Amino acid sequence: MEFWIVQALNGLSFGALLFLLASGLSLIFGLMRIVNISHGSYYLLGAYIGLSLVKATGNFLAAILGAVAVVGAIGVMMQRFFLARLYRQEQAQVLLTMGFAFMFADIALWLWGGDPQRIPTPGFVARSLAIGPVVFPAYRLLVIGVGMVVAVLLWLFQEKTRIGAMVRAAVDDQEMARGLGIDVNRIMTAMFLAGAALAAFGGVMGGPFLGVYPGLDFEVIPLAFAVVIIGGLGSLQGAVVGSLLVGLVDNFGKALFPEFSYFTLFIPMALVLAIWPTGLFGRR
Amino acid sequence: MCEMDEPPILQVEDVHTYYGESYVLQGVSLQVGRGQAVAVLGRNGMGKTTLIRSIIGFTPPRRGRIVFKGMEITRWPSHKIARLGIGLVPQGRRIFPSLNVLENLTVGARSGVGNGQRWDLERVFNIFPRLKERVTHKGNKLSGGEQQMLAIARALMTNPEFLLMDEPSEGLAPLLVLELGNTIAQLKQQGLSILLVEQNLPLALKLADYVYVLSKGRVVFEGSPGELAASEEVKRNYLGV
Repeated sequence: MEFWIVQALNGLSFGALLFLLASGLSLIFGLMRIVNISHGSYYLLGAYIGLSLVKATGNFLAAILGAVAVVGAIGVMMQRFFLARLYRQEQAQVLLTMGFAFMFADIALWLWGGDPQRIPTPGFVARSLAIGPVVFPAYRLLVIGVGMVVAVLLWLFQEKTRIGAMVRAAVDDQEMARGLGIDVNRIMTAMFLAGAALAAFGGVMGGPFLGVYPGLDFEVIPLAFAVVIIGGLGSLQGAVVGSLLVGLVDNFGKALFPEFSYFTLFIPMALVLAIWPTGLFGRR
Repeated sequence: MCEMDEPPILQVEDVHTYYGESYVLQGVSLQVGRGQAVAVLGRNGMGKTTLIRSIIGFTPPRRGRIVFKGMEITRWPSHKIARLGIGLVPQGRRIFPSLNVLENLTVGARSGVGNGQRWDLERVFNIFPRLKERVTHKGNKLSGGEQQMLAIARALMTNPEFLLMDEPSEGLAPLLVLELGNTIAQLKQQGLSILLVEQNLPLALKLADYVYVLSKGRVVFEGSPGELAASEEVKRNYLGV
C-alpha cells in the first residue's frame, strides 16, 4: 500500500512539473500551430539559470524570477524574429526549433559543464513529511501545490478575463479574430512569453528532485508532446488531465516495468489517439 | 455611381484576387457612398465572398486598389483594416464556439472611430432581445437565426462606420429573412454604410440603393434596384431567376 501511495505522489509531482512544461506548449501549438522542439530547452535553460542564481544569491525565489525573465525573453525573441516569419510552415518550424534546441544544448554544456547537478532544495521544505505510514519529501508536495495553483490561475485568466477570451477566440478562428480587429500577432507573442516562462519555472521547480544535466531537454520534450497530444491541442483542461496521466503512467511504468518504460507511456498514448484523434479535450 | 457630394466611403478599383493559382476576381471595381447600402449579387462561386475577403484583407488582391475613407488599405493586415471602422459579418457567421454569447460580443468591442451614438451591450440587446436571454450560452449552442443575430451584433460592438455582410440570409427561414431585412434597414437608417453580398434577390432589392452583379469574377451589371428588377435578361443569365 505504501508503495502505491508513494509512487502515486511521485507521479503527481512529476505530473505537476509536466503541466508547467506542457500548458505553454499546448497553447503555442494550439494557437499558432508551431511545433516548438526547443520548448524542452526552455526547461533546461530555466533549470541551469535557476541553479546559478541559487548559488549566487541563495534565494530560490530570486532564482525563479531570474530564470523566468531570461527564458521568457529568449522565447519572445525566437517568436518575433524567427517563428513569426514561418507561419503555417510546419517543416521549417520543426527544423528551426530543432536547430535552436541543439544550439541551446551546446551553450548549456559550455556554460554549465557536463556533470549532473542539483538545485539545492529550499530550506523550509527540505525535509520529509510523515503522513500515516508514508514518508514523503515535503518539497514534492510543494511542487504538486504549485502545479495546482498555476492551473487555477491559468484557468481564471483564460475563462474570466477579456484577454483570455481573445486567446480562445484566436484558437477557435484566428482569421475571424483578426477580422474583428484583434491583433493576433501580439497575442501570439504574449503566449510565447508565457509558455517559455512557464517552462523555465518548471525547470527551476524540477531542479531539486530531477536534477539538471545535459540531455534533460530531449528527455522531457517527448513527454510534453505526449501530454499535449493526449489532452488535445490548446486545451487547458487537456493539459491538466494529460499531465496527470503521463506523470502517473510514466512513474508507475518506470517503477513496475523499468525495462519497458517507453512502452508503458506510448502505448496508452497510441490508444487514446486511436479512439480520440484530437485528444481527450481537443476540438473536433 | 451617380450624384454624390462627398467621396465614397469604400472604393474598390480594378481588383484582381487569386487563391493560389486560381484567378477569382478578374478586375472588379465598385464603390459604396457614405450612408448607402450597396448589394453585390451573383450565383455561387462567382467571387462574392472573395470580394469580401479582399476588402477585409483575408485574401489580399494581387493587383488593384482598395480605398476606405480615403486611405489605401490594400494588403494591410486585417486587424488594422477592421480597426479603421469596418464591421465584418462573415459567411457562415463564424461565431467563436468556445466563447459564450456575452464574450462573443465583448471580445472585439471597441469604442470605434466615428462619431454619433455608440453601440454598447444595452443598445445591441435592444435590437436583438433574444441574445440577452442567451448571454451565458456558448456560441455553438445557438440556432442559426440566433447565430446570425450574434454575428451582426458582434460586428456592431466594434462601433463600425461600415458593415461588410456576406450572405446574412443564408440558411434562415423566410420569416427570419424578413426580420433580418428590417434589422439591416434599421442599421442603415442609423447612418451605417453597408456592403451586402447576397443570393437572395428580393432582400437585396429591398435594401440596396445600388446593385452590382458579379459573374466569373467580373462585374456584369450595375444599376439601381429598379433597373435590375426590370432586366429579365440579367436576372435570367446571371442570377438564375
